[in-house]
Amino acid sequence: MIDVYKAYDNGTKALKGVTLRIDDGEFVFLVGPSGSGKSTIIKLLTSEIRPSEGKVMVNGYNINTIRPNAVPLLRRTLGVIFQDFRLIEKKNVFENVAFAMRAVGAAPKDVKKRVPYVLDLVGLSHKARRRPYELSGGEQQRVAIARALINNPMVIIADEPTGNLDPARSLEIMTLLERINALGTTVLAVTHERELVNRFAKRVVAIDGGRIIHDGQGGYYTNDPRRAGARE
Amino acid sequence: MNRHTLRYYFTEGFRGIFLHAFSSFAAVGVITACLLIMGSFSLVAVNIQAMVTEMEQSSEIVVEIDESLSDAAARSVGTQINRIENVYEAEWFPREDAFAQYVEKLEDPLLMQSFTPDIFPHRYKVYLVNVQYAEETARDLEALPGVAAVNVERDLLNSLLSIRRVVRVVSVVFILALLVVSLFIMQNTIKLATFERREEIAIMRVVGAAKGFIRWPFVVEGFLLGLMAGLLAYFLQALAYNRFADSLLRPITPIQLISFGELWLPVLAVFLLTGFLVGVFGSVLTIRKYLRA
Ligand SMILES: Nc1ncnc2c1ncn2[C@@H]1O[C@H](COP(=O)(O)OP(=O)(O)O)[C@@H](O)[C@H]1O
Ligand SMILES: [Mg+2]
Repeated sequence: MIDVYKAYDNGTKALKGVTLRIDDGEFVFLVGPSGSGKSTIIKLLTSEIRPSEGKVMVNGYNINTIRPNAVPLLRRTLGVIFQDFRLIEKKNVFENVAFAMRAVGAAPKDVKKRVPYVLDLVGLSHKARRRPYELSGGEQQRVAIARALINNPMVIIADEPTGNLDPARSLEIMTLLERINALGTTVLAVTHERELVNRFAKRVVAIDGGRIIHDGQGGYYTNDPRRAGARE
Repeated sequence: MNRHTLRYYFTEGFRGIFLHAFSSFAAVGVITACLLIMGSFSLVAVNIQAMVTEMEQSSEIVVEIDESLSDAAARSVGTQINRIENVYEAEWFPREDAFAQYVEKLEDPLLMQSFTPDIFPHRYKVYLVNVQYAEETARDLEALPGVAAVNVERDLLNSLLSIRRVVRVVSVVFILALLVVSLFIMQNTIKLATFERREEIAIMRVVGAAKGFIRWPFVVEGFLLGLMAGLLAYFLQALAYNRFADSLLRPITPIQLISFGELWLPVLAVFLLTGFLVGVFGSVLTIRKYLRA
C-alpha cells in the first residue's frame, strides 16, 4: 500500500499516509496502541473498506478499483483470522472448515480429503464432530486457522488472534502461524502482546495515530524502551 | 452452477429450517395465519356472491302476450323472445297453467266455477343471462310485436344488484387491507429470521463466498417454508370450512354453502402460490440488505 489515507464517514482520520510493502513469504507483526489504525489496514487489505486516498494492491487486485463481484475472489487468496474466532455456532468443526471450501465451488470428494488434512495440521482431527461451544478458546482459534488455510491462501491475515487467549495458548497459536509461514504462506499478524513479538525474530511494523513509526526486523519493544510505552 | 453446488444449496436450505427452528416456526405460523384469515374471508365472499347469483338467475321477467293472438301465434312469439341477446331461456306459460295455479290457491269451489282460463293471458317467463341489463332487455321485449305487457321484479333485482356491488367492494377493500397487513407482518418475521443469520452471512463473506452461494440456501429455505405454510393453511382451511358448514350453519340455518370439493383447487393453488412468493421474495429481499457492499 502506498501513501494511504483513510477517513471514515464520521470524519475519523484512521490512516494518515501509510506506505507498506509486504513480500511473498514474509512474516510481519503489526503492532500499535488500540485505535491506532491496525484493523483499518486489515479492512483495506480484505476490501471491506476503500482508501480515501492512496493506492492499495493485494495479491494482484487493485482495491481502489476492484469490482464488487471480484471481492470474493480476492478474499479467497486471503485467510483471515479474528480475535473473536467467528465460527458458525450451528455447524461443527468439520462443517465450519468445509463450508469455506464449498464456497469456492469445490467438489464434495475433494472437501472430504482436504478438511481432515488441514484439521490435522492444526491438531484438531479428534474434535472434528464437536461444535464451537464445546471447545476452548485456543481450539476455536485453531479451527479458524484451519478455515483460513483451507483454500490454500497466499496470505494469512490475523487481527489480534491471541487477544482472547492466555499466554500459553497465544504462544501456541503464534507458533502455528510461524509453521504455516515456514510452509510458504505469507503471514500478517496484528498483536498487542510485547512478549509474543519479542519471542519471534520477525519483521515488526509499528503504527501510532495512523502513521507508521517503526519498520524493522525483530525486537522492536526491547530496542527502545521509550517507544515500548506507546503501546497502551 | 454444478451439480454439487445445487445439492449443497438444497441440503443447506433444508437443514437451515431445523437449525433456525424458532424463526422457521414463527415464519410458518405467521404466513399460515395470514393465509387463513384471507382465505376465510374470501370464502365467505364467494359464498355470498354465489347466493346472490342464484337468486338473480331464478328471478324472471314475465311477458304477457296480446290476447287477440291465436294460441299458436302467441306461442310463436317465443322465437322472437329467444332472439334477444340477453335472454337465457324463455319458458312458455299458457293461460291454462296460470289458471290451474290460481285455482289451487282458491279455497272456495263455488267461486272457482265462475272463472275460466280466458281471464288470463298467455305468458312467457323469461330468464336472463345478465340481470344487470334487465331494464334494457325489458324494453326490447316490449318492442316485440304481440307483446302486451312486461313485468320486471324491479325491487328484487335492484336489491340483489346492490348487494352484489357492496359485497364486491367490501371484499376487495378487505382483502387488500389484509394483504398489506400480512405482508408487513411477514416482512418482520423474515427480518427476524435473517437477523439471526447476520453473523453467519458476515462469516461467509469473509471467507470469500460469492453472493449467490450465500443467498441460495436461504432462498431454498424460504421456498420450503412458504410451501409448508401454504399446505398447512390449506388443510386447516378445509377443516375449518367443513366444520363451519356442518356443525355450525346446518343445524341452525337453511343456508347451503358451496361444497369444499368445488373450491379446493383454487384455494390450494392460491395458498401454495402465495406461500411460494412470500417465502422466496421475502428471503431474497431481506438477504439483499446483508449482501450489499
Ligand atoms: N467503522 C468506523 N467508523 C468510524 N470510525 C472508525 C470505524 N472503525 C474504526 N474507526 C476509528 O478509526 C480509528 C482506528 O481504528 P482501528 O483501525 O480499529 O484501530 P485498532 O485496530 O488499531 O485498534 C479509531 O479512532 C477508531 O475509532
Ligand atoms: Mg483492532
